[in-house]
Parts: sequence; C-alpha cells; structure tokens
Amino acid sequence: MIMRAGRRSPRALPGALPGALSRTLRRTLRRGLLLSALVFSPRFQSAQSATSVAPPESTPESTPATTQSTAPSASQAVIAPPLPGVNLEFDERVKRIASRLRCPVCQGESIQDSPAELSAQMKTLVREQLANGKTETEVLDYFLGKYGQWILLEPRAEGINLLVYWLPVLFLVLGAGGIWMVVRKWTRPRPVPADSSLAPTTDENGLAGVASE
Amino acid sequence: MNWKRAFLFTAGLGAPAIALLSYGMTRNPRDIPSPLPGREAPVFTRPVFAPGADSVLRLPVGDSVRLAAHRGQIVVVNFWASWCLACRDEHLDLSQTATAFAPKGVRFYGLLYNDKENNGLRWISDMGGQAYPALSDPGARTAIDYGLYGVPETFVVDQRGRVAHKFIGPVGRVQLSKLLDSLLIANGDSTRVGPPDVSTDAAVTRAVTPPAAGVAKP
Repeated sequence: MIMRAGRRSPRALPGALPGALSRTLRRTLRRGLLLSALVFSPRFQSAQSATSVAPPESTPESTPATTQSTAPSASQAVIAPPLPGVNLEFDERVKRIASRLRCPVCQGESIQDSPAELSAQMKTLVREQLANGKTETEVLDYFLGKYGQWILLEPRAEGINLLVYWLPVLFLVLGAGGIWMVVRKWTRPRPVPADSSLAPTTDENGLAGVASE
Repeated sequence: MNWKRAFLFTAGLGAPAIALLSYGMTRNPRDIPSPLPGREAPVFTRPVFAPGADSVLRLPVGDSVRLAAHRGQIVVVNFWASWCLACRDEHLDLSQTATAFAPKGVRFYGLLYNDKENNGLRWISDMGGQAYPALSDPGARTAIDYGLYGVPETFVVDQRGRVAHKFIGPVGRVQLSKLLDSLLIANGDSTRVGPPDVSTDAAVTRAVTPPAAGVAKP
C-alpha cells in the first residue's frame, strides 16, 4: 500500500503543488498508521495465533482463547468493540509471560515473537496453564524447572546475576570518581614561583646544616 | 604522564576483561544446562505408533506407555524426528544398545518430536527398522516437559525414576552402554553387558528381521 503510493508520487510531482504532495503523504501515513494499528492490535495477533497455534486436540473448553471466528472480523478490529467471549485481559497475560520466555530453537527471541512450532506449542501450554488457574509465577516456575534460568530472557536479580545489574552502576560510579579526580588535578592552580623560590632556601638550610656539622 | 602508572592501570583493567573473554571462548553457548539430571523424570503416557523390531521390547501399536509404570527399570527416552539429520547417526547405535540391554530390563522408547507419524514410520523403514517402540507426542507436551530444545536428545531415567543423564546430540553406543552398565551395577546387578558388537551391515538387517540373529545377548 505504502509502496504503491510512493511510486505514484514522483509521477504526480512535476505539476503537483506542495499541498497535493503533502496530501499524498498524509494519506500514506494514515494508511500506515491504520495498518500498524490493525497488526499490533491484540485481537489481530491473538486471532492469528489462534489460527496457527491451537492444536487440534486439546484446548480445554475453559480456555477463553480466541477462536477462528474472530479471524474474519480482524479487518474491522480497529473500530469494532471487543466481541463477547474474547478475553483481552487474558490474552494480555499470556502475551506478558510469553514475551519473557526464550524460544529454545531461536537466537535470542521470545516465544511471543518467534514463529517456530515449538514456540507456538509452548505458548499453548502457557495459555492452558493460565486457564487452569495457575498464577503467572507458577507458569514461569514450570518453565524454569524444565529449562533452567536460561529460559528467561531477562535473568532474575539474584545470586551471581546481581553482578549484571550492579557492575555497570559500580563502573559508572568509579568512572565518575576518576574523572572528577583528574579534572580537579587539572584545574588546580599551579603553586608556582613562590614554591620554587622556597625550595632552594630549604635546600640551602639543609646544606648549611650539613656543612655546620 | 607517568608511563609505569598508565601501564599498570591498563593492565589492571584489561587483564580481567581478557581473562573473562577467554574463559567465554572455552564454553559452548549452545550448551544449555538442564536442571533435570538428578531430579524426578517428568512422567508421561504416550501411545505407540511403531511397534519396534526387538522381540523383547516389541509393543502393539496403540498401546499406551506409562513412564510411571517402569519403576525399578532403567528407561532410555530418545526424542527424534524424521527431519533430523543427526538422528540418523545415532539410530543404529540406539537400536543395538536397546537389543543388548533388553534382557537386563532396560527399556528404550523413541518419542517423535514435531513430526507426522507417517513420516516417522517411513523413516524407520528407510533406516532398516528400529529395535524399540516409537511413541507419538502430540503438541510436543512431553518434549517441553523434558526441556527439549532440539533433536536428538536422549534422557536416561534410572530405576528410581530420576533423570540420570541427558545426552545432547547423537548418542554413541559406547558411552550409552557404559552409563547403563554403571546404573545396573549401582543397583546390584554385577554382570556387565558392555557395548554391543559393531557388525554394522548385519545389524541393520537384523533390526528389520525381529528374531535374534547377530548381536550377542549375554
């Protein structure tokens, strides 16, 4: 959509006024916004995941998972109010957990973002466990017990992991202290001729002392 | 600038950084430490879709295999798929070891991971048969339960139902036999089985024709 608008604008440009150009631009922008709103709207995503994820066998009835029936309406999802039976709050919880879990077959991607089959299956599992009344920490603990800390995209702030959180702060403080000390040294006024004139006298005194002994 | 001090400063900061990075080079970032070994093995109940060629291990298609029912026995759980290349490497070793250890009560199961059963069956016949039964795992439930992140992965569950070891990647017959022997000995069984014979071509055909012809059974 955007591409086509972009290709059309140079042809219209020679005779077109800046106003017309900006109108095209504005239209393109609006379309882009609408499209992104559609794509990023939770309904569209959950409708997508419902069509691609849900295994044929056992999504329990209790799962308020969005079913295929929402898919056709996704094109109007921007304006339409949430359909009955679509639990956006539940989807939001699933998404929140899924974006904290690492996809085991990808590189640094969460199971929320990854299109891999295993990610979809893990997400289904998250959905089911939540539907069965497990809390978010219980669901996370399940995956922690199977895959270890590695499964969390963001390491927990405990034990050795604390280094990751506090070492940067420590370095920042040390660096700031270092800079402060160096700057103070640079900007300190040189204790100039007075000292240099003093030094010989002390030296003389010393020498005199040695000489007198 | 005091050069000696500058050198000491750089070395003081640089040496730990270099030490840390070179330690990182010795580690494999793909090695995900599994929390499972030493813990209770996740139980599963899964249907058989390929019976297995060995007469001892053979199970009828459609039977359910319950891990919990195998207490007192060593169970080797292998996750595989027909699209997995490394699974071809270990296939023969697993089948031979399964046959060799079957009289000792060791049970082998192959769990099909993210694959169609038909593909699995075709793969088994392409590979010349599999000594032990293959189970299907719809939705990869069991795979996720075992913290799987690739195939092949092999879990050895000991007599008490705990995960004794996890193999990542293709398993060799020697390492697997050693582990099984040590587990059997730990449980009071003093007769070693040892790694099965390496009569490769004969063993492939042997796996297709069920009755024992080849690998020595103690």
